[in-house]
Amino acid sequence: MSQIAFPEPDPRILARRDEIVAGLARLVAPESLITSEDERRAFETDALTAYRRMPLAVVLPRSTEEVSAVLAYLHGQGVKVVARGAGTSLAGGAIPQEDAVVVGVSKLNRILEVNYGDRVARVQAGVTNLGITDAIMADGFFYAPDPSSQLACTIAGNIGMNSGGAHCLKHGVTTNHILGVRMVLIDGTVVDIGGDHLDANGYDLLGVIVGSEGQLGVVTEASVRILRAAEGARPVLFGFDSSEEAGACVADVIGNGIVPVAMEFMDKPAIEITEAFAHAGYPLDVAAMLIIEVEGSPAEMETQLARIVEIARKHGVRTVRESQSALEAALIWKGRKSAFGATGRVADYICMDGTVPTSKLSYVLQRTDEIVKSYGLRVANVFHAGDGNMHPLIMYNVNDPAEQAKAEEAGNDILKLCVEVGGCLTGEHGVGIEKRDLMRFQFTPVDLDQQMRVRAVFDPGWLLNPAKVFPLDQRDAA
Amino acid sequence: MTRQIIHKPQSESDVAEIVRESLGAKTPLAIEGGGTRAGLGRPSQAPATLSTALLTGVTLYEPAEMVISARAGTPVSQIERALGENGQMLPFEPMDHRAVYASAGDPTIGAVAACNISGPRRIQSGAARDHLIGLRFVNGRGEAVKSGGRVMKNVTGLDLVKLVCGSHGTLGVITEVTFKLLPRPRQTATLVIAGLDDERAVACMSAALGSPFEVSGAAHLPQTASQGARTVLRVEHFPDSVAYRMEALEKLLSPFGAPSRLDHEPSLSLWRDLRDVGPLAFPAQRALWRMSVAPTRAPRLMAALRQTLRGDCFYDWGGGLVWFATEAAGDCGAQAIRRAIGATGGHATLVRAPDEMRAALDVFEPLSPALMKLTRGVKTSFDPQGLFNPGRMYAGV
Repeated sequence: MSQIAFPEPDPRILARRDEIVAGLARLVAPESLITSEDERRAFETDALTAYRRMPLAVVLPRSTEEVSAVLAYLHGQGVKVVARGAGTSLAGGAIPQEDAVVVGVSKLNRILEVNYGDRVARVQAGVTNLGITDAIMADGFFYAPDPSSQLACTIAGNIGMNSGGAHCLKHGVTTNHILGVRMVLIDGTVVDIGGDHLDANGYDLLGVIVGSEGQLGVVTEASVRILRAAEGARPVLFGFDSSEEAGACVADVIGNGIVPVAMEFMDKPAIEITEAFAHAGYPLDVAAMLIIEVEGSPAEMETQLARIVEIARKHGVRTVRESQSALEAALIWKGRKSAFGATGRVADYICMDGTVPTSKLSYVLQRTDEIVKSYGLRVANVFHAGDGNMHPLIMYNVNDPAEQAKAEEAGNDILKLCVEVGGCLTGEHGVGIEKRDLMRFQFTPVDLDQQMRVRAVFDPGWLLNPAKVFPLDQRDAA
Repeated sequence: MTRQIIHKPQSESDVAEIVRESLGAKTPLAIEGGGTRAGLGRPSQAPATLSTALLTGVTLYEPAEMVISARAGTPVSQIERALGENGQMLPFEPMDHRAVYASAGDPTIGAVAACNISGPRRIQSGAARDHLIGLRFVNGRGEAVKSGGRVMKNVTGLDLVKLVCGSHGTLGVITEVTFKLLPRPRQTATLVIAGLDDERAVACMSAALGSPFEVSGAAHLPQTASQGARTVLRVEHFPDSVAYRMEALEKLLSPFGAPSRLDHEPSLSLWRDLRDVGPLAFPAQRALWRMSVAPTRAPRLMAALRQTLRGDCFYDWGGGLVWFATEAAGDCGAQAIRRAIGATGGHATLVRAPDEMRAALDVFEPLSPALMKLTRGVKTSFDPQGLFNPGRMYAGV
């Protein structure tokens, strides 16, 4: 039994499906409009695959002008719109509903301009995250936010969810790297916000658009900061006999004035699952492992590593394993970035995304284990330790409705725990439908109403991705 | 207008009560911290003032988590002292406006958030808005609202923190802020390259900022009557890295000339002076503009302005931030500046000018009709009666 509710589809819209599809057909080329049931099925869910809804139709516009025409038309018809990047949301942010049209940005996939002097790239929103780095890597540059799904996920989706990644500890998340967007409002108005300069003129609308989960408009272009890569980077594996020791080591590294570019944590189940998949040379005889990346010149990396090793020894580190080659370094990161996929080979899973103060990591790990065990399920932990962004992967069988319900309840208990210790429900995946009904654990009705009033400035008719983020009945209350 | 009433709430609930009373009495409020940046924005037209002077104190500081929370009226100096004791800092290096405005008093951390105040390190580490991870504020309905929190990564709900940051007190009364921090670099050094013209200087800064050596400050001071042009580049890290990177940078930038160096202490005072716009603080009666543009277009912008305006400028943020001082006569150069910015992109703010001029001119870059509509909507969604700092950012908003 699915526990997360979707609103009842509007029968008046469903009844007018043919007319609405015909209207869309007048606005875009035939290959940009998907109407058959078979083809629509590819859009009925995202990476939260336990939930799916068949959209009314799917439009894949080829230009900002087409997006504008489509939104203006759907707005006029009172039809809901679910914007979609690559559909990799773990929170169900891109799951449609039966009375909504999906507007996907996948055909907007060109890099428009790269400017190294100003360290900015202008891209269409359907470009993939890794696509930007691939285009500039030969010149020594990269785009910093690096979600695990970076091979597939789009900048549009990254903007929608304010995506993070393993290297955010040093470089920050999406919101710190977007300088400007071209966005289509629900009535078809095209607005340019920001540009290739730093900081907003007037209210920081860009700041509220990033992370708005497709509820303020459809972003079609973005100007993103690009950074020069360090001279070299080297991930180093640190094995510990307990999670507590690994957690204490993380805090102590930062306390000593060192901010490595990444500090990733894996517990024993996560190490075993990913090592079997990636053969990255992870130590199998430890209870917890940190991947700490140092960067700079060879001498700088040596020095920084020596400092970190000295700290790790105080916390009883058992194994220190440096990558000996670029290939080994790539394997270490491949293992980490495929942790979710590797877990998916073992079992179905849901991935939590709460962030906690780093001083509470050990406690939250221990409680997470207890909570999941109390539901008779298994958990693997792999997460961004430096910034306290946890990713417990709760494993279950998707074909067993009772087990799915238990997994979701365990996940909810963990997220409530994250909020209780001073953290939040989601660090980088977004609220979507998954955490929508938990929002009241983190926010008061007053907090939520203020957010919803801002949302309504952009989309007064509540047509954009309407069933996400805010508890459905909070809207009635407002 | 004389301001008869000054409210000095001691708690967030006091703030909420004052706001509710002002709502009932339809009495707009000027929001004030230390009052050192009162000249920033259009002169506000409010009969009463709400001061955060008594809303002080650090409420949470966890050095190992690199996070600090403080009530809005806490002096920045108190925050920096606490951070200094633990070898940490506010990474965005907030400017102190006292030199520019010849003002007295203590700048507050709430105003740093309210006005999104950053300094030279913004180019590498990000702005105040990038480090502000949590806020508490009272909106124009007299409701206490929380957004964000105290953890490093948080995408839960709409990011109202960003909207309120830089809203110059027009959306709410900030009562408490939470910033993320960084370790204070153990050593600082500066490379000084003499004699570059503006175009070459920006090319030099772009090369430095596009290098792997983590340049954390890049400014250019054009030639004046008394001093030759200087392009300055800052490197900060552990001492061994600073030594190595200065060497590498010097080699990389050799096409731009043979540089000299400033070591730790002289570097700190140079960058403090640039942060506070010391080179253009005097004479104090000149108008001061702050322009944010794409770095490589900044020299063209200045060349266009020099055709009609006399004045002095310097570039920060690798050229992306241009400070320009000109005579406070006529329209303070507004028409020429708006036209030039229209061609290069970016935006200009009239940071310093007499009250009557800032009342008559657009202080902030005028918005397109579509963005103005959203701006008015956002203002109303926080402050439906227009209670806070009326007209501070835009006339009638």
